[in-house]
Amino acid sequence: MDMILSAAFLTSLVAGMVVSGVPLLLAGLGEQISEKAGVLNIGIEGMMLAGAYAGFLGAYQTGSLWVGFLYGIGAGMAVASVMAVLCVRLGLNQIVIGIGLTLGAEGLTALLHHVRFSRSYPRLPGVETLPLPGLAELPIVGSALFDRHPIVYLAVASAVVLSVLYRRTHLGLTLRAAGDKPAALDAAGGDVIRTRVAAVLCTGAFAGLGGAFMAEVGAGLFVPFMTGGAGFIAIVLAMLARGRPLWVLAGAALFGACLSMTTALQVAGFDVPTDVIQMLPFAAVMAVLIVFGRGASLPAALGSAYVRGGRGSDGERS
Amino acid sequence: MRAVAGGVALAVVPVLAALVLSGAVLWLLGTDPLEYYAYVARRGLLTPSGLQATVTRMAPLLLVAAGLILAFRTGLWNLGSDGQFMLGATAAAVVAPPLAEVLPGWAALGAGALAAMVAAALWSLLPALLKARHGINEIVTTLMMSFLGLSLANALVKLVFLDPGTTVPQTRTLAVADRLPALPGTIVSGGVLIGLAAIVAVHLAMTRTSFGLKLRVVGASPRAAIHAGLPVPLLTVAVFALSAGLIGLAGAVEVMGVLGNVRADWNPAYGLSVIPLVFLARLNGFAAIVYVLLFSALQIGAESAARRLGVPAYFTLVLVANLLIVLAVVEYVAQRRRPAWT
Repeated sequence: MDMILSAAFLTSLVAGMVVSGVPLLLAGLGEQISEKAGVLNIGIEGMMLAGAYAGFLGAYQTGSLWVGFLYGIGAGMAVASVMAVLCVRLGLNQIVIGIGLTLGAEGLTALLHHVRFSRSYPRLPGVETLPLPGLAELPIVGSALFDRHPIVYLAVASAVVLSVLYRRTHLGLTLRAAGDKPAALDAAGGDVIRTRVAAVLCTGAFAGLGGAFMAEVGAGLFVPFMTGGAGFIAIVLAMLARGRPLWVLAGAALFGACLSMTTALQVAGFDVPTDVIQMLPFAAVMAVLIVFGRGASLPAALGSAYVRGGRGSDGERS
Repeated sequence: MRAVAGGVALAVVPVLAALVLSGAVLWLLGTDPLEYYAYVARRGLLTPSGLQATVTRMAPLLLVAAGLILAFRTGLWNLGSDGQFMLGATAAAVVAPPLAEVLPGWAALGAGALAAMVAAALWSLLPALLKARHGINEIVTTLMMSFLGLSLANALVKLVFLDPGTTVPQTRTLAVADRLPALPGTIVSGGVLIGLAAIVAVHLAMTRTSFGLKLRVVGASPRAAIHAGLPVPLLTVAVFALSAGLIGLAGAVEVMGVLGNVRADWNPAYGLSVIPLVFLARLNGFAAIVYVLLFSALQIGAESAARRLGVPAYFTLVLVANLLIVLAVVEYVAQRRRPAWT
């Protein structure tokens, strides 16, 4: 028991929470933007994976994590742009295209990695951190939370920014109208299609950055299929957050802690088989869905394409 | 005449376009696309051994397709097929080998198939109940259960049902003599007949029976179905159980027909890759058979090409994604142009 309560153990637990929670946070925030605008983005797993590979490649080639993050954002947006054209502009089935994009990104990143690196998995150099003065010296949580790569602070800050954006700005209102009552937005002179395209591209940027973080900061290397369902967990986070970015932050912290707890227990000498450990985050998601799932609310027009004057264009599920 | 030509064009043009698009990917990666495609076609379709491997591979894919068509036509997004497949495969690998020692062969195979269907159906029960009782979106719950099922199947193989007779982490092996019989004069596992029967049965049940009509009503509009007096929650659970049962049977067929056991960390991921195929087939069972044949040949050929030409078999995922995207666009364009034709 002493082992579990020791300061070093708690610090590593919190540190692990940040490493596994930030990709979920970024992807969850991204997914939320799409969902608000009425697009259920199942392709987010593929966008994360594309971001992970591009981010790793960028950082590996230039030696700069920031360049890697930009590559990741670009790759995520590239996958998202396919989704935007097919699902928003052409109004095709969002779930099928989403699955297709995820499969395609899985195949393409694995293929590119194979061609470029064959069977080797080179590591990136260590991550440079930016300690926040004062906070970083706090006992236990200080170094784990406040001595991090700046992108961690930016991710948390973006949750706050989005929260204000949704509640206080015209842009937030437009986004919500595109998801809840697209016909009303159309009638009010807004552009449903353009709003949704922009939302999907933002999702791609966030998911790509989340994937890049996972590869560059989290793992320090790229392995094919490395996202392992994180994108799907992000979808659940966005669903349960009911449109509130700060709830995504809380959820990401919770699931990050859950992921980190399992590895920390293993490190602490508890002999739990890997396969059982891998089940824990998904089991946690199911448990949360069973308890709170009834309260999960989704925009009325989620999943349906908008056709002006068409069936279901008033936001009713057809 | 023009409609027929249009229909054929609608089926052939996307395939060609996807081949060209994916060929461009190959070319960028430094492989000659023509050489690659020729090699895949030769190894997947044109040599006797390749063709037999392709037809054998069709068995699990057809069963997964049958399960997915049933669920999707009912408007239920069962995206948990990978987990259901692996649990079915594991259940069959656990039940069949010991029984084959004491029971006649057919009884052991039957018990293995039944165990696989029950295991997979049970795994779909939670998402089905959450959907039926509380309206919780089945897309996320089936996906979560899929990841859980994959890990559970792996844990069961490694921790509980390990074959003590070997150092390789795997379940006990079904003797070759006790496996599903091959088609006469070939090495094609008889499982393909089960797969064909299942997908044709699902297609006919959905299009020709009152039960299928009820399900299609649920799929078209759950609210209308409730107004029509249909027991929607009950149908939801039943369809989930049937769909998962068929997918579990796919796992059983692969284990009892081809592999004989389940190895730790084996996951062919047939489940998700069949989803684009059934959509390309527009949820039509007969069209799905054609796409499954093409995909099997592609997989068998690509596995062989991975060894010979050094292009990993992941390429099949890229090709399927391209095909899906191209087909979606072609269908959209055709829909747009249809009023002009008539």
